[in-house]
Amino acid sequence: MISFTLNKQVVEVEVPGETPLLWVLRDELGLTGTKFGCGIAQCGACTVHVDGQARRSCVTPISTVDGSDVTTIEGLAGSAGMTGGKLHPVQAAWIKAQAPQCGYCQSGQIMQAAALLSESPDPTDEEISAGMAGNLCRCMAYVRIRKAIKIAAVSLSEGANP
Amino acid sequence: MTRHSDLAMTRRWFLAVAGATVTTGFWNGAAGALAPVGQPMGDGYQPTVWYAIAGDGKITMHIHMAEMGQHVGTALSRIIAEELEADWDDVTFVHVDTDPKWGYMITGGSWSINHNFEAFSKAGAAGRIAMIEAGAREMGVPAGECTARQSKVIHGEQSITYGELVSRGAVDRQFAKEELAAITLKPATERRLLSKDTVARDVPEKVNGAAIFGIDRTVEGMVYARPVMPPVRFGSQVATWDDSAAKKIPGYIRTIEIEDPTATCQGWLVVVAESWTAASNAVDMLDVTWEGGAGRETSEADLMAEGARLVMDDSAGSLFVLEGEPDAVLDVAETVHEAIYQTHTVLHMQLEPGNALVWQDGDTWRVHAGNQWQSLTLPLVAKALAIDPGKLVFETSYLGGGFGRRLFCDFIVPAALTAKAMGRPVKMVMARADDSQFDCARSPTVQRVRSVTDETGAMRAYDHACASGWPTAAIAPEALTAGVKGGKVDLFAISGADHWYAAEAIRVRTVKHEKVHETFLPGNLRSVAPGYTMWAVETHIDEVAHALGLDPAAYRRSLLTAEGRNGGSAPHAVGGATRLRDVLDRVVERSGWAKRGDLPKGTGMGIAVTAGQERTMPTWIATVAQVRVDRETGVVTLEHIWASIDAGTLVHPDGALAQAEGAILWGASMALHEGTVIENGLPRDQNLDTYTPMRMHQVPALDIDFAVNDHMPVGLGEPGVIGVAPAIGNAIFHATGARLRTLPMRPQDILEALET
Repeated sequence: MISFTLNKQVVEVEVPGETPLLWVLRDELGLTGTKFGCGIAQCGACTVHVDGQARRSCVTPISTVDGSDVTTIEGLAGSAGMTGGKLHPVQAAWIKAQAPQCGYCQSGQIMQAAALLSESPDPTDEEISAGMAGNLCRCMAYVRIRKAIKIAAVSLSEGANP
Repeated sequence: MTRHSDLAMTRRWFLAVAGATVTTGFWNGAAGALAPVGQPMGDGYQPTVWYAIAGDGKITMHIHMAEMGQHVGTALSRIIAEELEADWDDVTFVHVDTDPKWGYMITGGSWSINHNFEAFSKAGAAGRIAMIEAGAREMGVPAGECTARQSKVIHGEQSITYGELVSRGAVDRQFAKEELAAITLKPATERRLLSKDTVARDVPEKVNGAAIFGIDRTVEGMVYARPVMPPVRFGSQVATWDDSAAKKIPGYIRTIEIEDPTATCQGWLVVVAESWTAASNAVDMLDVTWEGGAGRETSEADLMAEGARLVMDDSAGSLFVLEGEPDAVLDVAETVHEAIYQTHTVLHMQLEPGNALVWQDGDTWRVHAGNQWQSLTLPLVAKALAIDPGKLVFETSYLGGGFGRRLFCDFIVPAALTAKAMGRPVKMVMARADDSQFDCARSPTVQRVRSVTDETGAMRAYDHACASGWPTAAIAPEALTAGVKGGKVDLFAISGADHWYAAEAIRVRTVKHEKVHETFLPGNLRSVAPGYTMWAVETHIDEVAHALGLDPAAYRRSLLTAEGRNGGSAPHAVGGATRLRDVLDRVVERSGWAKRGDLPKGTGMGIAVTAGQERTMPTWIATVAQVRVDRETGVVTLEHIWASIDAGTLVHPDGALAQAEGAILWGASMALHEGTVIENGLPRDQNLDTYTPMRMHQVPALDIDFAVNDHMPVGLGEPGVIGVAPAIGNAIFHATGARLRTLPMRPQDILEALET
């Protein structure tokens, strides 16, 4: 039995310890916002937060998150204290920039960007490039992803939604 | 006299079967077809099948095009709402299933807006006409004195809403096909939605994890599956298999040997388990041997060598274009500009791997999977299941990338056969390497271009031969067209080589590369044929300009005379090559082309002008790239891309810009960062560790501008891709004097070109 906090709720799962967190989230717990892309931590579509750090859930054995605090795209706003369907500032910035195209990578992009901004609240272009280089957007919506990160940085610094 | 393979025929074929038909409506008290999960079809008055107006005023558009990043539902709904004079806030849309009433379903070719524009506009206009007639009756005034705005019929100070008219049962007019055809659309000056900014309606659920892609759906009693891929695409048979090791994996259920009456899957096993990880682990533990397999020894070099042979053999292939007598010029010319251009294999790498959920629901079979060409795959899956196609329904989901990979949804077949064998719902998900091995990759290509000019640069003969896989031959041979002198032509293997430059004599020959077809299934990949034919055309023109000592932009302009075959035609190509000249002038000005001689050493600018996807639907684009080349390492840094685009009316301007941004970066990615080679019949690079599309830090500055006009909207999903690679190659030449003729252009290729 592995127990961890998922989007502020304690969950317990009974799966082999080497099972990747990604598939536990998607297939055992029904949270399908976190996506499968490559399975080898190269595309970033599966990015979640484990104890506040961005992690590739496709290569994170479930046994390693026992007792940890896991946040997925579905819980991102809640993790920042947003309630009542309000969006996290990064999500709101994504809408303002009209960043998503197909959308498949965007959960991972947003989770990565939120982690980046928590470490680097006012990132330079180089910091954005370095911080986001592990997240592939196959639609190549990079121009707007960068723009959205900058919008989010401003709104986070102002303590308000953009 | 020009002879050109009948482009219009292919266009008619697709228009006849695809795109919204001008369909008459019906009263729809209860929703007819089963809608995808959670998306009820619109209720209420339906002047045509394409939308419904409810008594509460809500207007629901029925979108039969797949959403894969283009925000197509928003754009198509805007077209209807424009003529309907709907209040945009009243409008929602649903993506429909495969009920035959929607007609032929295909989302590709950058066609969605262009192909549906007229029918959707007329559908909207029909509703407005009906509402005005009903409103006038209800208000007791002449219809001719009424107008419609913001979902209301207005007469002086009086007005009545569309919702009120529907709830009173005051409107029931149905339109015969002839009546719809006779409708005249509003003048562009009366447009209130098109060309105006709006936000895409699909975006919010793509930022909170709520969007349901193919891979996300579940049904009761479902089990998971992953295929065991055969050694090559064609001709393998499973000789032996042993699952004794796999049986030790908790959750493993069984392995199914796929017997596929459609021969889509040759030598497949599918492993079924209680979870996908169990299925995936069991695949790795399975002990399998195969017999046979076509092309198990075939390499990219073999395919290139065969392509080179085919383009040199005048008797191979079919003629796509023949105008004048090219040989009469080529055979006697003192100087012939001649070169071979090549492109290597490219994978789709759509981020959502191939997957499908298939289950039986009473006597109906259901499929949930992202899909660009339902009408192609549905009969295939029905045949595999040995059922009547009428008993098969495809749900619609978001697509985690299309890019042409989901035009042929072959991966639904093994999922369906597994579900049938299991007698319960099966969700099959391919691991990334499975997906790459089974990809309908863009064929490697070899092209030979020869041309002859006079001393002023006027083109006396242009001769282009291309050997490649033919995507249409592989999946929809009925859509091949006749060659000019017999044989068949696949427009989707050669479009683009029929360029818009003036030439006295032109010949374009296209050769189906059989060895490619024996090795894998060559598919359609974002930008399709123009993605490689224009690499050859636009590199060649640059070489000719250099040989003549002319500025490459000015030389191109001199060939865009817009005469004869290049004069254009209404409604899709009004103005012809004059519009290409106009975008060229704009990009030259915006990029500072005139001062390119002042760039630092090792930095250069290159240009390309393109009109993809086809001459029957040209999107006029001029692209300039600026690169910096490191002569020591061969590394090319793409600094800046400018693109001036004329796509006619922009239905959703911000969506148009997003498509152009993505397409241009795809072009850059294929030019510099991605691409693979065939080894032992399979793509060498099967995951994103060694297959390396562009990442954030490699993105250049982008400067994109659109022409503002009211011409027929054309396409934007793909055309932006086309000019980028040649613009980069031409920029590398300007920076270094090294001429690149093969895609992709890797540092090693740059170093080799610098040496020669």
